[in-house]
Amino acid sequence: MKDVLKELERRREIARAGGGKARVEAQHAKGKLTARERIEIFLDEGSFEEFDMYVEHRSTDFGMEKTKIAGDGVVTGWGTVNGRPVYLFAKDFTVFGGSLSEAHAEKVQKVQDMALRNRAPIIGLYDAGGARIQEGVAALGGYAEIFQRNVLASGVIPQISVIMGPCAGGDVYSPAMTDFIFMVRDTSYMFVTGPDVVKTVTNETVTAEQLGGASVHTTKSSIADGAYDNDVETLLQMRRLVDFLPASNTAEIPEIECFQSVTEHDMSLDRLIPDNANKPYDIKELILKTVDEGDFFEIQPSFAKNIVTGFGRMEGRTVGFVANQPMVLAGVLDSDASRKAARFVRFCDCFNIPIVTFVDVPGFLPGTSQEYGGLIKHGAKLLFAYAEATVPKVTVITRKAFGGAYDVMASKHLRGDMNYAWPTAQIAVMGAKGAVEIIYRKDIGDPEKIAAHTKTYEDRFLSPFVAAERGYIDEVIMPHSTRRRVARALRMLRNKDLQNPWKKHDNIPL
Amino acid sequence: MFKKILIANRGEIACRVIKSARRMGIATVAVYSDADRDAVHVEMADEAVHIGPAPAAQSYLVAEKIIEACKATGAEAVHPGYGFLSERASFCEALENEGIVFIGPKPKAIRAMGDKIESKKFANEARVSTVPGYLGVIENADHAERIAGEIGYPVMIKASAGGGGKGMRIAWDKAEVRDGFERARSEAKSSFGDDRVFIEKFIVDPRHIEIQVLADAHGNAIYLGERECSIQRRNQKVVEEAPSPFLDEKTRRAMGEQAVALAKAFDYQSAGTVEFIVDRDRNFYFLEMNTRLQVEHPVTELVTGVDLVEQMIDIAAGERLAIRQDDVRLNGWAVESRLYAEDPYRNFLPSIGRLTRYLPPEEGKFGDIVVRNDTGVTEGSEISMFYDPMIAKLCTWAPTRLEAIDAMSEALDEFVVDGIEHNIPFLSALMQHPRWREGRLSTGFIAEEYPDGFTPMKPNDEEKAVLACVATVIELLRRDRLDRLTGRLAPHSGVLKPEWVVRLDDEYIPVSIGEGMVSIPMEIDLSVAGGEPQTVVSDWRLGEPVWRGTVGGRVVAAQIRPILNGARIAWRGLSVTTRTMLPRTAALDKLMPVKVAPDTSNLLLCPMPGLVVSIAVTEGQEVKAGETLAVVEAMKMENVLRADRDLTVEKIVAKPGDSLAVDAVIMEFA
Repeated sequence: MKDVLKELERRREIARAGGGKARVEAQHAKGKLTARERIEIFLDEGSFEEFDMYVEHRSTDFGMEKTKIAGDGVVTGWGTVNGRPVYLFAKDFTVFGGSLSEAHAEKVQKVQDMALRNRAPIIGLYDAGGARIQEGVAALGGYAEIFQRNVLASGVIPQISVIMGPCAGGDVYSPAMTDFIFMVRDTSYMFVTGPDVVKTVTNETVTAEQLGGASVHTTKSSIADGAYDNDVETLLQMRRLVDFLPASNTAEIPEIECFQSVTEHDMSLDRLIPDNANKPYDIKELILKTVDEGDFFEIQPSFAKNIVTGFGRMEGRTVGFVANQPMVLAGVLDSDASRKAARFVRFCDCFNIPIVTFVDVPGFLPGTSQEYGGLIKHGAKLLFAYAEATVPKVTVITRKAFGGAYDVMASKHLRGDMNYAWPTAQIAVMGAKGAVEIIYRKDIGDPEKIAAHTKTYEDRFLSPFVAAERGYIDEVIMPHSTRRRVARALRMLRNKDLQNPWKKHDNIPL
Repeated sequence: MFKKILIANRGEIACRVIKSARRMGIATVAVYSDADRDAVHVEMADEAVHIGPAPAAQSYLVAEKIIEACKATGAEAVHPGYGFLSERASFCEALENEGIVFIGPKPKAIRAMGDKIESKKFANEARVSTVPGYLGVIENADHAERIAGEIGYPVMIKASAGGGGKGMRIAWDKAEVRDGFERARSEAKSSFGDDRVFIEKFIVDPRHIEIQVLADAHGNAIYLGERECSIQRRNQKVVEEAPSPFLDEKTRRAMGEQAVALAKAFDYQSAGTVEFIVDRDRNFYFLEMNTRLQVEHPVTELVTGVDLVEQMIDIAAGERLAIRQDDVRLNGWAVESRLYAEDPYRNFLPSIGRLTRYLPPEEGKFGDIVVRNDTGVTEGSEISMFYDPMIAKLCTWAPTRLEAIDAMSEALDEFVVDGIEHNIPFLSALMQHPRWREGRLSTGFIAEEYPDGFTPMKPNDEEKAVLACVATVIELLRRDRLDRLTGRLAPHSGVLKPEWVVRLDDEYIPVSIGEGMVSIPMEIDLSVAGGEPQTVVSDWRLGEPVWRGTVGGRVVAAQIRPILNGARIAWRGLSVTTRTMLPRTAALDKLMPVKVAPDTSNLLLCPMPGLVVSIAVTEGQEVKAGETLAVVEAMKMENVLRADRDLTVEKIVAKPGDSLAVDAVIMEFA
């Protein structure tokens, strides 16, 4: 009996050693942690239960039968993050470079299936070199099986991908189908084809960082939702993100004790909107002063900064925030901002996370580059996302809500549940200057008349009251009471029950 | 008595005057510029009158506008505060002509004291001691030597046209005078094109000590003790106190009597301040007289119990001084710290912006301690580039000097200011400085003690232990709450992990948990780096900006701001990043590579995507801090990019009309 127990321990030791000491040291020398070290940080201490640690590949080609390492390049299992169960797989770069074999893929599919069946989030830690060439089509099939499961799980359980090393080919498509992608700066890359192939095919010389580093994907391509300086920082932030997310689309929103009063006024907000309507202010200040304890997890902070998206809590429950940012491009809606916000709104709607929208938007960005880039359809994505969302929607217009952008930003007409406006709100088709020049075209040569018309327009239309008189605004609120108002509205909406008509699925303008 | 007065000022001093007036039952009128539409003084006053655009020269400094405002509101008198029109004789006369009372001295007195030479003449006539010197032109080296001998060494030889230290020489003996005279003269010639020099006594280790006087229209005058204002940075006072730790009773009386004699010599009426410099042998010399309420007047009020603004109003209304010299008692000790919107780590560069958080410490009497905060801002106020960057004057009073200093330390620790850079870290560091605590001051204090500017301080072991304890309890509270998150597999076990590691900046400090419970309030024993367990007691809640509690019996108030996976803790002028981790995480954290941020200090980067409207400089141009470098427009909004320090433009990369991405290089500096 004792020998059998010893044998188990021995086999575990071998499996845990991964690719061996030298490869582990090489991994550390690159500033990266091993798969198991990453899991240790990400999960609650001692909560990890590993599956399939003895799995080996079955390849017999190219001499592969002689090199087998237990685990086969991926560590899978489940554990807890602050007591809540999650499933995960972590590519082990020290074993076959983390490359994917048929057996490796089966391990991943197993945790994917378990996560979906048992309705808990799944997290993939990527540090992988793509398909194991020696396995050929078996590896490709393995990838496709994983992709299929990503799609089936989409909208049912949260799926998070963390890119922690060089990832190419199949190892970027699976992350691309998950809800969030995070990267580690300077040590992670994502591309469909790497710099060598790029050189061969297009004769373009480019480094891995330039082609698919964190800076590229967080600012230019918007593939990644955020990036951090190193493995430890990243994994601790992933714990923080998981704390915000429900386990599935039928699970309750996680709730935590809230230490900040919701009834206390924040008088500083009465001074947030500058006297001059063209002067910017930081909408994040309003978000931070609305959410519990100023704790806000921003999604895509470096991309399309003219709109802010992210998670916070109100009275301890997760809420998604979308806000135009007057500090960047005056908070205008362009293609990038529309796509960014649309995807975020849809995530929230999938997982029953209420959406709070702060509006200060001068309109859609004009210009050929926007129109050629398909602004009509990109803008429509956000409109579509807000319109189809059935979660509680609370909107606060702080300043400008002009033109079509007013409609888009969770307006009353798109089934906004509570639509508030600050007294500084200006809800109109456009600003005074543009409107007067159109309505009173004949008076353009007469500055005095134009000034008089402008004044009349400003007094009548650049206020929240025209909209409030029609019921498009439920109430004009004091800025200092925003936190209380939003919290109360969300409390009132907790049992909201709204269904869209049955459909196979909708046809959002992709 | 007046029924209504107008305050021709803004900011804290306007608020200060309104408070006294209101207490006296006098209605108040505020004036405001465009930039101050929503300012606190406007809200506090019973009425407010708009007087023009933001620049002071077009609003607060325009006498006609103030007079118009008086007429429009029926204000009978004007309190000018300090600065702006407070020492402008023509303004007083203009008011007099309109039958409006100026709450301050008569124009004649302002004129007399506003003129350096005339004020010295008055001082000499009133037998007030002045710095010995020869104001005439020195003929040659022999002449210089003779005069220096009469004055007594050391002496200073100065260019008449001089300034900024150029053409200035200090001489300790005859030889140095002869040599210094020649050099000073040639330097003066080359620097100012004027070789005239003069000689006066050089005061070694001078201290700035000033006497507060009050004089009425009936010939009564008293002095209310002194204030020491030796802690100055480039002639800007930073910390003041009353009384001075340096004066003895005899010197105090001599200075006070001379100050009163001076006030009487030219029929001074109102509150005024006679400034002296005092050498290390307690010889004192008249510097100048300020014919207004001083910024630092609260310290005098705290030690004498006299409301100086009330006295000024009474005097202006023609009342007799109700206080006699014998009634004046200096009780306890008061210290004032001036909070400026400036970045102490970047050479005290002014910082403008919105006060996103502004929570001053509670004012009032707490046991033996009094805390007073004179301020003109509130949470959400905008610190603009148009006016003085002073945010507040924080004062503490206690029976003794050291108690008052310690009270100041604590009050500074509690002061929450976010949104702009401010000098609280520097003020806190000053309060810990042994030389300040011992009272060994001179006007050169800051230049001598911080010759290379103010750099972030490093905590000592004891301070590290306090910071590590605070960081640990914050993390314990955070974890404890997460242990009660919904959706957990198993309920909260209540068992704490016993070992933690605090990463304090780049140092890993182990902390062990002993007896205690994580709760609010909480009391727990922590042992830092294997040291003796210390009990930490606090009722701090997550999200609060100030952590208050005790660590090993020591009262601690520390500023807490969230950072990625941790907290920045600022306390006693220290500011550290803390990340509290389990030992295993800490061990792995040590494997993480050190990242070096790319140096962009020599580049002007575009802060937002936008269109370059104009470039205000040319290649090779030298630019002073705060000057405009370029203007970038984003969505019809113009953003002015300014130099954050003095620099030289080397290369201009962008040109007007360029459309730039965020962080695109606009220009390079040498």
